[in-house]
Amino acid sequence: MSELEHVWIARDYTKCSGCRRCEIVCSLSHEGKIWPEASRVRVFMLVPGIEVPHLCAQCHDYPCVDVCPTDALSVSKETEAVLVDKEKCIACGDCIDACPGKVPFIHPAEDYAVICDLCGGEPKCVEACRAGGWNALEILEREESHTFKLYARTPEELTRDTIVQLYGEEWKEEV
Amino acid sequence: MLGYAGKFLEADLSTENTKDVEFSEEVLRQYIGGRGLAAKILWDRLGRHWETIDPLGPENLLLLLTGPLTGFVPGGRLCVSGKSPQSNGIVGSTVGGEFAIDLRCAGYDGIIFAGRAEKPVYLFIKDSDVQIKDASHIWGKDSKETLRVLVREGRKELGSRYPGRGVWKEPSAVYVGPAGENAVRVSVVAAKWAHAAGYGGYGAVMGSKNLKAVVAKGTGPFPEVADQEKVVQLIDKILEINFKSTVFRRWGTGFAGYDTGARQSSEPVRNWQEEWHDEKSFGADQFEKFWVKKYWADFGCPTSCLKVAVVKSGPLKGAITDNPDYENQAYLGPNLGLFKPEENIYLTALIDDLGLCGIQAGNVLGFAAELYQRGILAREDLDGVELQWGNVRAFATLAEMVAERRGIGNVLAEGTYRAAVKLSELKGVDVLPYAVVSKGIGIGAHGMRSGEDYPEYESYICSVQGGDHTSIARLPIDHGDSEFRAMLYDSGVFCWFNFFDDEAKELLWDFIEAVTGWQVTPEDWFNATARRILHIQRATLLLGGPDLKWTPKVHDDIPSRWYEPLGKGPFKGKAAYREKLEEARKEYWEAVGWDQNGIPTSDELGRLGLENVDKRMQELRENSSQT
Repeated sequence: MSELEHVWIARDYTKCSGCRRCEIVCSLSHEGKIWPEASRVRVFMLVPGIEVPHLCAQCHDYPCVDVCPTDALSVSKETEAVLVDKEKCIACGDCIDACPGKVPFIHPAEDYAVICDLCGGEPKCVEACRAGGWNALEILEREESHTFKLYARTPEELTRDTIVQLYGEEWKEEV
Repeated sequence: MLGYAGKFLEADLSTENTKDVEFSEEVLRQYIGGRGLAAKILWDRLGRHWETIDPLGPENLLLLLTGPLTGFVPGGRLCVSGKSPQSNGIVGSTVGGEFAIDLRCAGYDGIIFAGRAEKPVYLFIKDSDVQIKDASHIWGKDSKETLRVLVREGRKELGSRYPGRGVWKEPSAVYVGPAGENAVRVSVVAAKWAHAAGYGGYGAVMGSKNLKAVVAKGTGPFPEVADQEKVVQLIDKILEINFKSTVFRRWGTGFAGYDTGARQSSEPVRNWQEEWHDEKSFGADQFEKFWVKKYWADFGCPTSCLKVAVVKSGPLKGAITDNPDYENQAYLGPNLGLFKPEENIYLTALIDDLGLCGIQAGNVLGFAAELYQRGILAREDLDGVELQWGNVRAFATLAEMVAERRGIGNVLAEGTYRAAVKLSELKGVDVLPYAVVSKGIGIGAHGMRSGEDYPEYESYICSVQGGDHTSIARLPIDHGDSEFRAMLYDSGVFCWFNFFDDEAKELLWDFIEAVTGWQVTPEDWFNATARRILHIQRATLLLGGPDLKWTPKVHDDIPSRWYEPLGKGPFKGKAAYREKLEEARKEYWEAVGWDQNGIPTSDELGRLGLENVDKRMQELRENSSQT
């Protein structure tokens, strides 16, 4: 994975088994314990069978970083991931509002925003997903593109799209 | 205590009071959690007058328990228990899904429900904040509608009570469908549409308490463990072993709807009149065509044996369920003379929606169809339903009648055994020979006549969970399939499907130590801890209930049907024999410390510190010596 200059996590919601191994390894790596609600990738299951891993898409224009009133958010030069400075963050939620996918959230135990940091370029969630052969999450080279931002969508929107794809048109009102 | 969230919630639904309760380290060490702890709690609170307790009365308890390994061991489950309205004993019935995870992250290892709510309610837990809420708007709703409303309401409430924290993930839920509300004895405590704690009939207990659902969102971390590094290593090892599993990962148990019939001749066909079929239309390859998700899993599971099946066209369009798994395939397929995947998916989805148990309802529907075949039940008895084998619409209608307790459904809602007793009376014909049950619990879809499948003579009849195919009696007691292993999984509480492999099984002792810090050796487990659980379960089964009691010499017996020779297939002519049964039964009773009447001996109970169980068993010993 690390051979790529910048990684991006591609997501295929139809392949997500809902095993939440991504949440387990993410929270172990970032929190030192299994903690689903503090995982940087969160699997939403608004409807059974429609599991949606929800994580930062690293928009080309970083609206969350832009809007942060305390400069707590920055873009990593190394990975281009959004980094959160816990000390500076005041948990105002402006980054959540600015995110087209409402991806950031406030840590369940402390007052700071939680955003995927791509594990420094070797995302643990992708390793876990690939180890099981589910491949709902995969690594791509992140290039100059406005496409990535299109993946910053809300859990509701993603669920709606996926449910129509898997269960059919008549389920679109479910969420 | 390491590995435990540290407290349990007790909710008295009659008074609407909730409080936190704790168990001592000594109790948890002896009974672990889940099924084991359920046995301990139920015995302590109800053991003195067990036989007088109506499982559907407010005096029964409904227990939702996790264990110290839940969530750590890949494939966590929740154990549902209480006095069973099927067996009158204690069943540790487990269900998958993330509810157990949310509960532990909320700081609770389990919930004890007592009493009965005046009106329909549901319990909402957000960490230590617990509310009993009105459920009148979802009472009567099917499973899918119930969950839809609970998820919407739950997220809305979390968002408004805790604003500015971001988008809330859904809370997890367990709930009952209409069948549970109507105290149907073959109903389930369900989760995620297609997940169910079926054996034991605890949907009826939950419904009898006017408790529609329990919803939880826990935002905390998993409990502290003794050796975190070791826990992670063990998880990785268990994943590695199970990633190698090919059949279960690829097809779940759904390969078996054809295979168990065609290869092993041990699948129920037309109410067990046969156990062989070679219907290739029912093959795994035919089911695969309906799968929109080939791997569907619960929290942490490497095997992902579930698959999401959707019927997208034709007259049964719109049905959604998992695989179906083998038990639902068999019981709602060949057992009813149905051999088309879309019909099986449709019927399984309907059973989910009604909150019925696929195994128990499939057992009683097959039983009714055989009575129809024999002319004992006529069209008029069935409100006009023509219950021929293979008539999927007829079985669907009858399932609805059972869930609603309508017409003959009211009799069948009592489960196969009680329905057989009642119908024998009504019709003046002994119909018990057509009931394939053990201790009031319909037998799982694995027969023993051909000798090709895993159950043996003693398996169901000596099991403390009756017909439960996930907890069978086997010798030696540390046999890989033995009930003594099931007790570990159900007390842990986690799924046995990641532990078919012997190497994986052996890791569990280390796992317990890495999580709890307690050294539990196989010696401790097989000779003490598991035996306490077993004897309490056996004792409650023998004490029975107000409507039914079991006499080991009579009821520790296989269904009459299995003494009949198989009529078709490669194992044609094979049958069970009474002498062999008696031999196997005697051997098992001796091996686990039960006397010549099947009652736990005084020595054995005394050795394990179960003097108060011994006192109650003494009454039974005196009775059986008199008769």
